[in-house]
Amino acid sequence: MADRTGLTVVTRTTTTPAEAAPGTAVEPTRRVRPVEVLIALLAVAVVGRIWLADTTFALPVQAWLTVFVAIVVQATPFIVLGTLVSGAITALVPPSFFTRVLPARHALAVPVAGVAGVVLPGCECGSVPVAGALVRRGVAPAAALAFLLSAPAINPVVLVATSVAFPGQPLMVLARFGASLVTAVLMGWLWLRFGRPEWFRPTLRRHPEGAGTVSVFLATCREDMTQAGGYLVLGALAAATLNVVVPPGWLQAVADHPVWSVLALALLAVVLSLCSEADAFVAASLPQFSLTARLAFLVVGPMVDIKLVAMQIGTFGRGMALRFAPATFGVAVGVSVVVGALLW
Amino acid sequence: MRREFHAVVLLLLGGVLLRLTITGEYVNYVRSGLAPVLLAAAAVLLLVAGATLWRAFGGSETRDHHAHGHGRFDVAWLLLLPVLGLLITAPPALGSYSASRSGTVLGTAQPERRLPPLPDGDPVRLSILEYASRAVVDDGRSLADRHLTMSGFLLPGADGGWYLARLVVVCCAADARPVKIGLTGILPDGLHANDWLQVTGRFAPDTERDPVNGEPIPYLQVAAANPIPVPAEPYAS
Repeated sequence: MADRTGLTVVTRTTTTPAEAAPGTAVEPTRRVRPVEVLIALLAVAVVGRIWLADTTFALPVQAWLTVFVAIVVQATPFIVLGTLVSGAITALVPPSFFTRVLPARHALAVPVAGVAGVVLPGCECGSVPVAGALVRRGVAPAAALAFLLSAPAINPVVLVATSVAFPGQPLMVLARFGASLVTAVLMGWLWLRFGRPEWFRPTLRRHPEGAGTVSVFLATCREDMTQAGGYLVLGALAAATLNVVVPPGWLQAVADHPVWSVLALALLAVVLSLCSEADAFVAASLPQFSLTARLAFLVVGPMVDIKLVAMQIGTFGRGMALRFAPATFGVAVGVSVVVGALLW
Repeated sequence: MRREFHAVVLLLLGGVLLRLTITGEYVNYVRSGLAPVLLAAAAVLLLVAGATLWRAFGGSETRDHHAHGHGRFDVAWLLLLPVLGLLITAPPALGSYSASRSGTVLGTAQPERRLPPLPDGDPVRLSILEYASRAVVDDGRSLADRHLTMSGFLLPGADGGWYLARLVVVCCAADARPVKIGLTGILPDGLHANDWLQVTGRFAPDTERDPVNGEPIPYLQVAAANPIPVPAEPYAS
């Protein structure tokens, strides 16, 4: 791949990313410049287009490509929206604002931030950069995480979509709202109690002192769009692969089992990486599963899925994301089962 | 340099998105209502990229001296994959391959609901989803004694028969779910999976169960079938 050549020629420095504050980084002596690689790639695109014009790929490959491109195209507007919010927070909102509106006690700030998730319409791709910006502005990580988890699941757009998908089941909307909010708040509290600061390494960006508002806004937008976007592509590659590879009949086999059916749909939510505005319709198309299993699908999906974990790794660091995601999965499944048992 | 590189990546992404929306090809990937949202996103991407390049080369901002390279892989490169994928192959809308892998959906029809009578027309134009819901919800009573016409793509059945199917998309092709109806009666020879057909016929009282999810697949007694080109909006929503 062309991008590898861009890396191998770089003279490695011993500076680690964390140490390399602006101004101290060492200029590589010789590297293939990105512009050259870009030109080469565009040349490949032109030649490839002529060469592949009459080629049709095997059906699974075609379906894979379509699903991959579709996930990226669909998520891009939401990332752009999240990025604009993140850029505005970074450039315009002073850190003191959040210390004023959020309760000083972190244990109270967590539920407040969780409920605040109602205000960000959209799906999960947008909430990752926003949560990253909140942490950079000094919001307690536990509160930012509660917001990250609740926003894509409990905003009005998603709740309306859920009620449209389950017309005979108004309780499903309530159950989704309740279970998602409870999971988000529990995860925030768990982070307060057990989380260690060294796991949490949000990409720190220092902007030069005195940089203008426009510069900071542009820089934040650019970084968030390319970083969140890049990790989204990684997640979309994995999700498209599983979408095409997972055999169609395997769900049917576990549908009647009370335990396996819940775990199967929770795992399916992780694998499919659906947009939280669409997942209710997919859940509605799985009537052979119990309502509890489908609730687990709706609660897990917006909080833990492949593309989301990839984006969280990019925003918060690997040590954080790889501990946070399995814990969230467990809590979300547990809360869904309890809520399901209470309601149905 | 990293700053300029990111600007170029965003420029390419915004450009491809803009082209996809203007040419209308975007309906192969996302639901058709998303055009304004995609245009807005493309505009923001192009603006951010343009402003960055203008400030970098127009001289109103100092060059960013600190190279962030560190020899670490920059994930921004990955954004070129969908851009290249769209520039090189522009993959087509999903069809029979995906439809065969998922169970049929009957939308959100409520069993108790009283169905409104069919609209006027002879034959009556229906979507496959509408036909399938009516056929299952009230056993086809609202469909009886009418000529019906609908279109979809062909999906091979287990024993040499054909289904007519349409994919329903809520957000993007990743959530595509098929609606399937079975075809009985006289069909033309030389049919292939994924061919689009307009069929005219009457309600048939048979149903079968979709092997993937056990949901009912109603049948249509076909009187005439004509090949049609792929419609402008390949997915139903």
